[in-house]
Amino acid sequence: MLELAFNARRGSFLLEIECRFTSKWTVIFGPSGAGKTTLLRLIAGLDTPLRNSPDRARVSLDENLLTDSSRGIALKPGPRKWKRNTCFVTQQPALFPHLSVASNVAFGLPWLGGDDEQREVVEDRLELVGAAALINRRPQDLSGGEAQRVALARALAPKPRLLLLDEPFSALDGAASDALLIRLQHWASEHHIQTVMATHDATDALATAAEVALLHEGGLAALGPAAEVLATERRRLAHRLGSV
Amino acid sequence: MDWQALALTLKLATVTTAILLAIAIPLAALLVLGRSRWLAALEALAALPLVLPPTVLGFFLLVLLGTRTAFGRGIATILGHPLAFSFAGLVVGSVIYSLPFAVQPLVAGFAAVDSTLVDAARLLGASRFRVVTTLLLPLARRSLIAAAVLSFLHTMGEFGVVLMLGGDIPGATRTLSIVLYNQVENFDYAAANRTAAILLGLSAIALAAIYLGRSSRGGRRA
Repeated sequence: MLELAFNARRGSFLLEIECRFTSKWTVIFGPSGAGKTTLLRLIAGLDTPLRNSPDRARVSLDENLLTDSSRGIALKPGPRKWKRNTCFVTQQPALFPHLSVASNVAFGLPWLGGDDEQREVVEDRLELVGAAALINRRPQDLSGGEAQRVALARALAPKPRLLLLDEPFSALDGAASDALLIRLQHWASEHHIQTVMATHDATDALATAAEVALLHEGGLAALGPAAEVLATERRRLAHRLGSV
Repeated sequence: MDWQALALTLKLATVTTAILLAIAIPLAALLVLGRSRWLAALEALAALPLVLPPTVLGFFLLVLLGTRTAFGRGIATILGHPLAFSFAGLVVGSVIYSLPFAVQPLVAGFAAVDSTLVDAARLLGASRFRVVTTLLLPLARRSLIAAAVLSFLHTMGEFGVVLMLGGDIPGATRTLSIVLYNQVENFDYAAANRTAAILLGLSAIALAAIYLGRSSRGGRRA
């Protein structure tokens, strides 16, 4: 269970949210500028309230406190247990250009025994995201969609407790995105990994049949089952399809 | 040709460059990756030798490292001799004087690395040390080479600090710049020409290596 409480100002934008994600798969849905990325960055620990600022932040994962600005607690980002036990796939794949695909995926596994063990994990995660054939390629030789698959494999490799996804399939076509989403949901459920995925694509949000947090101008407008929270979006999509 | 001075100058430049890189790499990483409000002051302090006249810096160091101050006397007790007018003193002066020439290219190179890559490494649990060694240094290797070459050349050609802090002791503090000054003072222009040509040649070769390396990789936007 992920518990959040934020009151953070970034320029003229104010993110004010207090909620609890109990589902294993939560979709944060909202238009561009609603605060989805800011929220994920705060959860991941990339963005922390500055000292002496009026910002307030509190994040706990399964009763473990990750951030508490009032007590000066802010665990460092990372997939290990003594860090935030979290991985974050950002909109930009951000693959390390001087490393091969295999080395990129193995980057989060320096603690994992020998090369054979690392290789096994790397191959398994690349297989999972449908990128096994890319293992010896360089990032500059990948298409946008391939790079996103590799970035996803890299985040999954350390098997974190919490997985954060920020529009992770934006460069994939609909069919490829749907297939990958199903595989990913199954894998995360099998390994008891809680996932929070941000998207502005209603079809992605509805496809997962998950708990949905609807964000609007930095605040939480609704939280509940996708069918309820996204009823309006669903009708709008159905109307568009019907009118074609 | 004063081969002893040439050897001493190359030794001074090599030792200074090695020490400077050991200091400048973590300092540049701190300036780029850190969030403290004091970092601007630290960066200004590191750039101070750029605007401070070398003779002024040399004079301050001469006083600080000589036997007039408790600090200088403490070091003299530990080493058995004062730092002023010694090779070790020249190294200290050169490191301080050339610090901006090592720090500034590295800061520029590290800052040019895409911040999303640094974020990605942090999200995968990389420590600051690992971010520097596996990400910033390989991606900013041209800046690292530029920092090393500039530090080396700047130390090779330095005069004011060397003269103030080290004087003119053959085999200990007499560098090529001091030799050149002496040759001109003695109106030995033929010898001065040879000494100047060596300094000029070394500088030209090193700078050509940097710029040719840059253009062969497709220019500065590559």
